[in-house]
Amino acid sequence: MTGAKVLLMMGCPEVPIQTSIALYLSNKLNKSGFDVTVAGNDAVIKLLKVSDFDGYYVKKMVNLDKTLEDIIEKRLDFDICFAFMHNDSGMTFATTMSAISQAKMYSVIFGKNAEALEEAIEFDCVKIVAKDVHNPTRLKNKLDTVMEEMVK
Amino acid sequence: MSCIEQMKYEILLERISFKEAREYIEKNSDEVYYVSPGYKIFKDYYIIGIPPIAVGTKGNALVFPYTKPCHGSFVLSIEDEDSIKEINRLRETGKGKVTASVKKGKSPESSRAPLTSYGDMWKK
Repeated sequence: MTGAKVLLMMGCPEVPIQTSIALYLSNKLNKSGFDVTVAGNDAVIKLLKVSDFDGYYVKKMVNLDKTLEDIIEKRLDFDICFAFMHNDSGMTFATTMSAISQAKMYSVIFGKNAEALEEAIEFDCVKIVAKDVHNPTRLKNKLDTVMEEMVK
Repeated sequence: MSCIEQMKYEILLERISFKEAREYIEKNSDEVYYVSPGYKIFKDYYIIGIPPIAVGTKGNALVFPYTKPCHGSFVLSIEDEDSIKEINRLRETGKGKVTASVKKGKSPESSRAPLTSYGDMWKK
């Protein structure tokens, strides 16, 4: 899968672990040879740009709405999508992505409502779940296992 | 920014779950049509949603769901020349139209337990 195009689709950044996990996952995937793009709303992009000012961890950042538009209009697509979610909106965007894209879907589910969200997902995906808000370690460890499988 | 934010719209419901938006549209529209995620309306708005996505009509107004990552889902209503064109387009396609008798019953997915349980949790 090296060279595959990966989209990290960010949800609302109000849960602290999202930004740290996005930086970590983007860096790990870039180092493994994947072509990684991070998509989010303005708040997500600003948080990532300030956290990674020199673009060391995130090479490509794009607007989420524009990215979805490009996928729908078949100007763009990805091989793999990690959809971050901690609320109903995140799940709604992820479901939309699964419907419009050919990408293999990974749902990264976190926050206090993680278990209920996991049960509510109805599209085909790999679910990576950690009911955490502030401590990213458990989610990071689960993503490490998933990434090991991806690079095999 | 999509064209929606520059149009004259009315917010019928705000900061709700997508399921609640669907149910409101189904119960409060003259006609209900179901579209796929990414269905384009107006100049450049692609509907974000969980299938089946309900889009309704109320007179000459188009009633539809609008979801933002940080603010949940909204039900918006737009009534102008463009909404009439969109309603005519839905009528011409006719796909997924629900009659008044069906509207009174359950929606195609409303009885699914996982979404119901999540919706109930979301209200707490």
